[in-house]
This record gives sequence, C-alpha cells and structure tokens, in this order.
Amino acid sequence: MQRTEIKIGGFGGQGVILSGYIIGRAASIFDGKYATMIQAFGPEARGSACSAQIIVSRDEITYPYITTPDLMVIMSQEAYSKFTPELAVGGTLITENELVVTHNLRKDLRHYSIPATRFAEELGKKMVLNIVMMGFTAAIADVVSVEAMRSAVKASVPKGTEDLNIKAFEKGYEYGVELLEKVAAGIQVS
Amino acid sequence: MHADPIGVLTGPHFIDGDHACSEGAIAAGCRFVAGYPITPSTEVVERIAERFPRVGGVFIQMEDEIASSIAIQGAVWGGKKAMTVTSGPGFSLMMEHIGYAAMTETPCVFVDVQRAGPSTGLPTMPAQGDMMQARWGSHGDYGIIALSPNSPQECFDLTIKAFNLAEQYRVPVMMMMDECVGHMIERVIIPAAEDIKIVPRRFYEGPKEEYRPYEPERDLVPLMVKVGKGYRMHITGLTHDEQGYPNMSVNTQGKLVRRLVDKLKVNAERIIEFKEDKVEGADVVVLTYGISSRTAIPAIEQARKEGLKVGHLRLVTVWPFPERRIAELAGCIKSFVVPELNFGQIALEVERCAGGKASVHLVPHAGGTVHQPKEIYSAIRKSLKG
Amino acid sequence: MSEELFEVEEGIPPNPVEEFLRMDRMPHIWCPGCGIGTTVNCFVRALDSSGLDLDKVAVVSGIGCTGRVAGYLRLDSFHTTHGRAIPFATGLKLANPELKVIVYSGDGDLTAIGGNHFIHAARRNVDMTVILLNNGIYGMTGGQVAPTTPISAIASTAPYGNFEENFNLPYMAESCGAVYVARWTSFHVRHVTKSIKEALAKKGFSFIEIVNPCPTLYSRRNKIGDGLDQMIYYRDNSEIRNGADTKTVGMDFQGKIVVGKFVDRERPTYDSAMMKYYQKKLGEDFVPSEEMRNSIHAEN
Repeated sequence: MQRTEIKIGGFGGQGVILSGYIIGRAASIFDGKYATMIQAFGPEARGSACSAQIIVSRDEITYPYITTPDLMVIMSQEAYSKFTPELAVGGTLITENELVVTHNLRKDLRHYSIPATRFAEELGKKMVLNIVMMGFTAAIADVVSVEAMRSAVKASVPKGTEDLNIKAFEKGYEYGVELLEKVAAGIQVS
Repeated sequence: MHADPIGVLTGPHFIDGDHACSEGAIAAGCRFVAGYPITPSTEVVERIAERFPRVGGVFIQMEDEIASSIAIQGAVWGGKKAMTVTSGPGFSLMMEHIGYAAMTETPCVFVDVQRAGPSTGLPTMPAQGDMMQARWGSHGDYGIIALSPNSPQECFDLTIKAFNLAEQYRVPVMMMMDECVGHMIERVIIPAAEDIKIVPRRFYEGPKEEYRPYEPERDLVPLMVKVGKGYRMHITGLTHDEQGYPNMSVNTQGKLVRRLVDKLKVNAERIIEFKEDKVEGADVVVLTYGISSRTAIPAIEQARKEGLKVGHLRLVTVWPFPERRIAELAGCIKSFVVPELNFGQIALEVERCAGGKASVHLVPHAGGTVHQPKEIYSAIRKSLKG
Repeated sequence: MSEELFEVEEGIPPNPVEEFLRMDRMPHIWCPGCGIGTTVNCFVRALDSSGLDLDKVAVVSGIGCTGRVAGYLRLDSFHTTHGRAIPFATGLKLANPELKVIVYSGDGDLTAIGGNHFIHAARRNVDMTVILLNNGIYGMTGGQVAPTTPISAIASTAPYGNFEENFNLPYMAESCGAVYVARWTSFHVRHVTKSIKEALAKKGFSFIEIVNPCPTLYSRRNKIGDGLDQMIYYRDNSEIRNGADTKTVGMDFQGKIVVGKFVDRERPTYDSAMMKYYQKKLGEDFVPSEEMRNSIHAEN
C-alpha cells in the first residue's frame, strides 16, 4: 500500500469531519503509518455537501491533497452525486443505504452499503451513524487495522460516550465482516 | 534551558498546523498572546484561549490587529514571551509594529497563516504571497527572521525555534505558515519538556546605574531588562542612542540602523537553516519553502526516475536569505527551479544571488491551492533545455 | 542652547521635581506658553504624594508633543507608535498587574488614530490612568484639524475653519465604561494634581482630560493671543461643576469650559474579572500567572 486516498462525504452535522479524523488518527497514531487530513473549509463546510479528505500511506506524504480517491464513504445523496464521479477506476464505494440511492452506479466500482441509520437508531442515538459507518469501513477497506480504528474511536469521541460509540463501531464492523463472508461465498448482496 | 513541563503535552497528537503552532508557543514559554480573529489563522488563538488559563498565560482578543501587534510588545517589556497571530489583511495592518519591534529590539513572534490575496482574496485557501512583505513590509531598514514550516510537526517545532531566535537576537520573528499547512491535520509528536531546548531572555544583571539599554554585546545584541525592576529605562521608536534616548543625528541613525541590519548579517550562518537532497552533482536544483517543498517532491522523483540530475534545496529559514549557499550552487548547476504560490518573490532573491551563473525558472501560482507536481516537473524539464 | 541656563546658583535648592525627571534630557522640546510642562509638574507632584513605589510605575506615550512626556520622566517609560499607547499599556499591565501603568498622550493620538483602542480599554476597564492633553489640534505636525477641534476654529488643514462636530471626551469615556472621569485645564494646577492623585489611587480605567493651549499653532492662527491669554481665558471661562452630566460638557470655540470630576464609580478591572471568572469556571485547573497571583494578594 503506497498511498490510499479517502474521501468522506455527507451533510453538515453528520460527523463527516470526525469520521475522517478517526481514520487519520487510527492510521498515524495507532497504526504507525502516515496520514494527512484536509478539512473542506469555507461555505462548502457549512452547506449541504461537506467532505473530509484523508491520505494514508506507509511512506511520508508529500502532495497533501487527494486527486483520485481510492475509497469513498458517502452518507448523503448530494454527496453521492457530487463526489462519486471523482472515484478512481476500480475504487471502493461505501454508502449508507437509507440515505443514498446509488442510481447510475459505475460498473467498475466495488460498492458496499449498510443500514447505518437503522443500527444507530437501534442503539438509541441517531448521532452515532458515522461511527457505525467507520466500523463498517474498518471491515471492508484494508487501510487501517480494526484495532487502530477502535482505539481512535475511543480517543476521539466526547468523554462519557465511549461505550455507546464502541457499540456502534462494533455493530458496523460485524455487519461488514458478515457481508464480506457472504460476498466470498458468492451470495448476492447489493 | 528546557521547556516548563506545565505547558507541554508530551506524546503523539493528530492535530492541524494551527493547533500545533499554539502548542509550540506554549512549549516555548509564550505566556501572552494578543490576537484578532482572521481565517485561516483563527484556530491558533482559539486553542490558545482554551489552553492559556490552565498554564499561567494571558490571552486577549484585541479590537484589531494593530492593537494586537503592539500589546504583545508591552507584554514583552513586562517580562513575558509573546506572540500575535494573523493572516494577510491583518498582517498588512501589523507592519508598523514589526518596525517598532525591530527598532526597539523587542523579541516577539508574528504568525502569518498566509491566504491568497491581495486584499480579502481567498480567505480559506493557501498562498505564499506575503514573503516579501514579511521581509520589507515596515518602512525603513531593519532585519527580521522568517521561518517556513511545511507540516503540522514543523508548525510545532519552528514556533519554538521562532521564540528562541527572537530571544537570541532580539528581533521580531515571522512564522510564515500558509492555509494548507495551517489546516492540514497530521501526526505531531511533542517531545518531553526536558528535550525541548528553550532560549531564555538575555537579561542584564549589572549595576543599575550602568545599564544602557542599547549597548550591544559582542554579537551586536543588547541585553534586556523588565519593567518594574528599578532600571527606569526609556524605550522609543525614534532613532536613539545607546542610552535609549532620542537622538536626531545622522551619526546616531547610521550607527543604530547599521547595527540592526548587521546583527542579522553577522549571525546569519547560525540562524539560517535549509535542507538539501542530492544537490551535489545536480544539473538543476529545485528551491522550495513551506508547502511547495512537499508538492515538489513527486516532480523531483519523477524527473530523477527519468535520469535527470535534480537536487532539492528547501529553505526552512527564508529570511535571512542563504545568499552564500545559493551563490555557491549557482556556480555548479545549470538552473534553479523555484515553485512559489505567488508570481515571483523568493525567485527574485535566487536570481540576485545566482548572479547570472545559473538560470532561474519561476513556477508561479496565484494561490488558492498548491502546485500540481506536473507543473514543477515541466519546469524542471524546461529549465534544462535553454 | 548654552549650558549656563542649567547651572544651579549657590544656595538655591534644586527644584523638587528634578528627581522625577531625566535632567540629562533637558531642555525639553515644548514651546514657551505651552502647558504640557505644567501638567508634568502636577503629575510628578501627584506621583510623589501617592505613596507608589516609583520602580513599579511605567509611563506610556504615543506620538506628538504630549507623546514626548514619557521621555522626560525618570521612570520606566515608553514612547510607542502613533495612537497605540493604550494597547501597548494593556499588554504591559496584563503581563504584570503589579505595575502602575499611566498613559500620557495627546488628543489626536488618543482619540483620532487611537480612538478605537481608547473605547475598548475603557470598556474592558483595563487598570490604567489615561492623562490626555487636549490642545484641539495636532501640534507637532503643524496645527492640523483634530477630532477635538471646536467648530469654526482654524487649523492648517481646515483653513476656512472646522465644520466637523468635535468629541466630548468625558462623555465618550463615561459611555465606554471609565471608572473615573475628570476634566481640568492647565490653569487648574492644584485640581490637576489632586485629580491625578485620585486617579492613580483608583482601580480601573481612569481618565483625565486636561485642556491645554498651543500658543504656537492654535492660538496664533485663531488670533486668540498667546499662552498667557489662554490661561486668562481658562481662568475666566471655566466653570467647576463636579458631578456634572457628561452629556452637557461639550466644548465650543472659546466658549465656556465645564471642568471638574464627573465620574467616580467602581467596576471590576479586566485582570480581576478574568481572575475571578476563571477561578469560578475552571476551579483548580486555573493557573494564573505569578504576577497576577501576586497582584491579587497585594490587593487583599
């Protein structure tokens, strides 16, 4: 793995920036890799579609911006329309399946989706949607180790909410592991 | 002397360059910050505002950048290490007080998180358009030091260095960040307090009646005292003699300004820091600073892969300028390639120092983003053709 | 200037204010008939009787004729940039609240170019005494119009007379939050001395306006005589009205001058408010600077 470019997209208030922060922190603090995160500033950050960009690499990161993301985590329809055309050929797309309808999905992409909103609601706090997504991402994408992701979640969420967030993370992770098993067994999932 | 452990958050952090700058200031012993909010530098003062009440510091949000840039100087004479933080439009407002700090030899740090200008420009996007302003922005002749970090880690490290240089040479030191570095989040390792070297203020300790505020030491830097210790000193922005008294003579002006300029010249080799990669035997040297030192690397690697002899000279200290090294290299190479997020500021200095012995190729950019490595790559190719 | 001017004759004791002045910087630059020197005399007498430790007193000036006061006082003294004495003093005071900080400057310096700083320092109630000498013009640069120039007065940049409304400084200071506001003229030397002494004893932003003649560039151009004539005008036209509503004390060209102590009230100072607030909010986590801790102990 030389350099993986990741983009998280959603709308303001969903925890897009925190999600990116967790991936970056997991990689650079708990996984011994390099990570560079760029926050989208300006009107874009306050408006509907906001994004976080993260580069993860085994080597030092030189050019700091992403150009063709290899992995995208999408949590809103607008972010889907706006960002997915940027995805690299053969890239991985992760979506929240109630918030994103993946019409005109590119054939070259590997696409995985998760009912993260429902899981978050079952846990009693819709706010942890993004952490469910992070658990799912940890299972699907081979970018950062799950242990590192877990540590980063614990260290990055508000004090007193660690247990709830770890539960959300595990829920997403388990769902992802099962999904991959089904894919490996040739079961149609999407 | 090492850092006071009270302010030092030893360990690895995943933080942006602005926050790393705040932590660097705290580790350096800065205990007074005056600032006025301005994108993209605001995060520096936001973190300072949160951290200072817990480490014995005073933060005040002043009514404007003019006030901020002089309040810090009051605080310095009151005995504190102090800085102010801003971006382009605010930096423009601070110019007079950079001159006051230079003239009164008040050690202090000015952080400029550069954004694209002129005027309001692109508040949330990077540029390197303030480099000449940092050097020459205040009227008259004087010297300053400017540092240029390329990562959050360096925002931490170089802020400490900025304070140390300010105390060592009693000059305003400019921390020339940019929006990209300021808002970029990366790993920052904060060392143990005992591993952080701090230069304390150089206080005069002789008899009070013999104290002359502007009598220089051998390195041309005079010693300081604090207000309230009975020295009864007078400090003025007017041309002054060694006693600190205004003196409107051509001789006094000549002697004082000569020293203000010379103290940086004679100590230049101790101040200047740059990093070199394969410049020996190179045909072309890419000269970079700040964020451009990172965007140039993929271009340099590509060119090397294709067999070109490309060196990389990265300025950590931009001012004073490494004149001697540039002149030396100019005699050995064909060309310099200088990518800048402006239309040619440092490239002019390179041209001056190269003295016609090597060609200089600017890779200009109006700012708003960073260079594409391919732009720098093309410039490397082109520079070898002519 | 010949040296003999300063030779002390046998048997005449030195002027008691000399020990407060940098006599090695004499003669000063002020014109004959100017009242700045008179106010400096008042200031050092007030300082002398204040009981303050002079090593802990700092004077900060801006630019202009009055801006030169700092340079003549044998105290820690700063001659800063134009208009910025107050923010410099703010930094100095907050760095070391044990200091007594005095800003001594002119009307153009403190209320035109420095007006923004004046209103904010008063709002914050930064603990400092501001002594403002109001001569109604820019003296050092040749008598240009100022925010304090009365309507119809002639100035070099208002050759047909000034038509801009001027500031009523006590009203401005009070509105912004100053805890002590007084106005005198340089004729009222005893009142000025007493007022400075009171202001020095006050915690918070205290403000004294001293109306002062500029015989060289204001009086002459406006054909109102010399320095002495201005003193007579002050004597004959000043009305002492302590406690007057500051709204009513605006000044006209050669009109009546309402003088007196207008405001004397208590408000928490910036540093004490900061200390108290953080102590309450952060408890044990609050670490005040050593100087700040000492200054509060000294107060209690």
